[in-house]
Amino acid sequence: MSIVPAPLSRLPWRLMLLVSAIAAFGVTVLFSAAGGSMTPWAANQLIRFVLFTGMAVVLSRVPVDLFARMAFPAYGAVLGALVVVELIGGVAGGSQRWINLGFMQLQPSEFMKPVIVLAVARFYARLPVGETRRWTAIWPALLMIGVPWALVLIQPDLGTATMVAAGGVTVMFLAGLPLRLFVGSALAGAAIIPIAFSFLHEYQQKRVLIFMDPESDPLGAGYHISQSKIAIGSGGLWGKGFLQGTQSHLDYLPEGHTDFVFATMSEEWGLVGGVALIAAFMLLFQWGIRVSMRAQDRFSALIAAGLTTTVFFYVAINLMMVMGLAPVVGIPLPFMSYGGSSMLTVMLCIGIILSVDRDSRRGLGAGWR
Amino acid sequence: MKFPKLTPKNITQANLSQTFTRRAMVLGAIQGGIGVMLAARMGWISIAENEKYSLLAESNRVNLTLVPPRRGWIIDRHGRPIAKNRTDFRVDIIPDRLQDRERVVGTLAQLLSLAPEDVERINEELDKAAGFQPVQVSDKLSYDQFAAISVRLPDLPGIAPAQGFSRDYPAGPSVGHLIGYVGVASAKDYEERKDPLLITPGFKIGKDGLERTFEAALNGKPGAKRVEVTARGKVVRELTTRPDTPGKTLQLTIDAGLQEYAARRLGTQSGSVMVMDCRTGDVLAMASMPSFDPNSFSDGISHLEWDMLSQDDHVPLRNKTLQGLYPPGSTVKPMIALAFLEAGLDAATQVHCGGSIRLGNRLFHCHKRSGHGSVDMHRAIKYSCNVYFYTMAQRIGMQVIADMSRRIGLGQKFPLPYPSQSYGTVPDPEWKKRKYNQEWQVYDTVNATIGQGYMLINPMQLAVMAARLASGKLLMPNFLFDPRRAPPGTLGVRAENIEVIRNAMSAVVNDGGTGGAARISVPGILMAGKTGTAQSRGIRNGQRNNASLPFRSRDHALFQGFAPYDNPRYAIGTIIEHGGHLNRIEDAPMISGDVLSYLFDKAGALERLATYEEGWGGDPRTRLKRQMDSYRAAKGLLPVLPQDEVQANAAVTNSATVAPPPVQTDGSTAAAAAMPAPEREAAPSEEQPE
Repeated sequence: MSIVPAPLSRLPWRLMLLVSAIAAFGVTVLFSAAGGSMTPWAANQLIRFVLFTGMAVVLSRVPVDLFARMAFPAYGAVLGALVVVELIGGVAGGSQRWINLGFMQLQPSEFMKPVIVLAVARFYARLPVGETRRWTAIWPALLMIGVPWALVLIQPDLGTATMVAAGGVTVMFLAGLPLRLFVGSALAGAAIIPIAFSFLHEYQQKRVLIFMDPESDPLGAGYHISQSKIAIGSGGLWGKGFLQGTQSHLDYLPEGHTDFVFATMSEEWGLVGGVALIAAFMLLFQWGIRVSMRAQDRFSALIAAGLTTTVFFYVAINLMMVMGLAPVVGIPLPFMSYGGSSMLTVMLCIGIILSVDRDSRRGLGAGWR
Repeated sequence: MKFPKLTPKNITQANLSQTFTRRAMVLGAIQGGIGVMLAARMGWISIAENEKYSLLAESNRVNLTLVPPRRGWIIDRHGRPIAKNRTDFRVDIIPDRLQDRERVVGTLAQLLSLAPEDVERINEELDKAAGFQPVQVSDKLSYDQFAAISVRLPDLPGIAPAQGFSRDYPAGPSVGHLIGYVGVASAKDYEERKDPLLITPGFKIGKDGLERTFEAALNGKPGAKRVEVTARGKVVRELTTRPDTPGKTLQLTIDAGLQEYAARRLGTQSGSVMVMDCRTGDVLAMASMPSFDPNSFSDGISHLEWDMLSQDDHVPLRNKTLQGLYPPGSTVKPMIALAFLEAGLDAATQVHCGGSIRLGNRLFHCHKRSGHGSVDMHRAIKYSCNVYFYTMAQRIGMQVIADMSRRIGLGQKFPLPYPSQSYGTVPDPEWKKRKYNQEWQVYDTVNATIGQGYMLINPMQLAVMAARLASGKLLMPNFLFDPRRAPPGTLGVRAENIEVIRNAMSAVVNDGGTGGAARISVPGILMAGKTGTAQSRGIRNGQRNNASLPFRSRDHALFQGFAPYDNPRYAIGTIIEHGGHLNRIEDAPMISGDVLSYLFDKAGALERLATYEEGWGGDPRTRLKRQMDSYRAAKGLLPVLPQDEVQANAAVTNSATVAPPPVQTDGSTAAAAAMPAPEREAAPSEEQPE
């Protein structure tokens, strides 16, 4: 280690190696999805990954304290943006999910995924310890989660709304609220689902119904799931081989480079590739949870575990979707799916967790509350 | 550090931290559990259900297209092809994939230099076409044209170029009515059978004649081509191909050379020639001219060509041999003489012909006004004396004549492989009572003996009559070659009576009778026959000059005969519609003689034909083409019209046309009814020719 300069050697190399391996695999799959070409996807994805990795490294040097102080202002800003999106959508007629900034399109709901974790964690971190099991510990958090959830849901974006709610509730769970609350809510939720279903948009209802039985409409709305399962199933144990996938190359698999990139991968790399990828993600989550348990203070612990779970939700919802266990909700697979917004969000999460990690290693935050 | 009591009300930093650690571990475990569950789910899909999904991926990827089977050949008795297949480069339009019809058709017209009437036909078929049923643009592309279209495919959605086979009839119009033609299956056919082969580009089904009757045998089994396609249907590459099974070859009794000769020998006339083998009943030639060219029918005929053919007064769209009905005229006389002989009349019995005979208050003339003098049966047939037959028929009675007519094949419907057949009338007292509720009159008998009045036959029956008279056998016309066919039964008449008839019919041709023009100039071969004239309208005195009459009012000229007269091999029946005996070369006897002489001296017959055809302006194919050209010119300079005006014209033509042009697939009755019936006098004429 001696020849390597100290700042460099202190970079989280093992984690970066793991993330880079996943991203490199993703670039390989995108290369194949384009018919063996770096354009239009693989090269872009690679450049983005390098840029966002740099951003994550920069974030890791930021003191956790800063995140804590920025949590509520950031929450307020994103919430404001969500309202603006809703107003613009109301004026333009129809659903709108982004703000056009001229040079790029900003999708505020995407940022709400990590920000809700920061804000709820900040709330519980500042809550006096004795208040944890009182009503004052519950309703502000529910309100903080409920407002953006409702705004995203009416966009309508069921997938993102679910992730926002799940991220916030996870932090509530970790904050030590009484367990019976969660069990009770889960039971109540199960009872409410049929009612909630009737409030969904027709196309969302259809998606849910077809998710239950994709073969009922193989050429219509069930097409995505059917073709995705065909791609995964026809890959078998070892896959059809690199560049040999027919479902993706002959355009049968829709969105084969974005939401359904896992199917594209599975077709060519088989069960072996799929299990390796899932294992890599699990290692990442294990690291995140460990960072949270090593964390020096309550806020750090809550955001490390909460953001890890946010990334986990990406992976879990996406994989359940492509394998026909969840309806098609448009959640991308981190590092694999082509697209800038989701990679930015995920790298924000990783960067903040790295910051927590760095904090705890340096033993700085000790006694910070 | 203090350790407070662990009560719910008294939460400390430490136990909160413990709770966090516990719950974070639970969370990690849940995440791990979901990870394992996802891996298991993936394992289930990709291992346990691998076979099912592999199959589905294959059926996605692979598209099966049918390769139309090559149609079976139709060959003649010697193995010469009458209908075969030629390799071609073709291009079709799939209506459902067509996006900008005007532009695509326009581009095609330009690339392939299509004639305006072809463009008109394509547009018309596109209007009627259903979905994926292809509309043929052309199947006679040169390789360069084919390549020019193939490279422009991305700009021409809906265009399907292909390499395939199309039907080829080497003899063209000469076999039109004999063979029929093929064509693209109609929307109705597809509705009924739902066979995807029917809408495969390049696939044709038999539409008329033998092509239609033997459709099942001629049509083989399609091959299949497996191609890899994208989700949008674009072909990526070809995988494996299963070759088609060609249809069965159909061997006819027809002699292709004779068939073509007979058709060409009919020249510019509207008529029919049929030649039969006197030992087996095999049909050697069945020509009905003028005719359509089955090649152009099979390619999809243009509106203009259809119009021209349907307006022609020589009715090229009717198979006259089977669907034309004509009074047989004097050609029935040998048959009636045979009836007399069988009824016991002595052939030597004499009748005096003074030129006419009075029945009641009417005078019935012989065609020779001065009379034939004293005639026996031999002279009566030789000179076609009406008075002899008028007299004898009154003596013997109509029933005998009607019975023999039916035995000899008149009014008989033969089991033929054709969808439509008109079989005429053999009148007798019972028939007249039934049909008109009138009593049979003596003049009815008199008219029947000279083949006029109610009697109607088709040209095939004329040939069958000749063959049965010549052989004394109950010959039936066959079209399918079969050397092991059971020999024909006997007609049940005495051989010496047949002998009398043969000798008399030989005298008609070779001994100064009415049919001298039919004589064959082959040494040792003597032709026998009988001429006939059938009125197509009531002739009044002073109007007997056929040349001064319009075409449709002229008499029909008939001839039936056989050769050699003493040992008959071939029989012939010829009818020239409205021939009027105006032109000796193109009259029934000489045509019959030449056609039969082809069987004994091919070179000589062809040499004579070549000379005649110079005068007629070439063979039927050449004349049909010239007729087409002049028709197009007469239609008002169609070819030079600008494109949009042609389109407008096409629209007008379309709306004005009630019946769809090219396909006449209805049943025989409908087809027969649609054809103009041959004119004839319903009431018996008072005056008779010959």
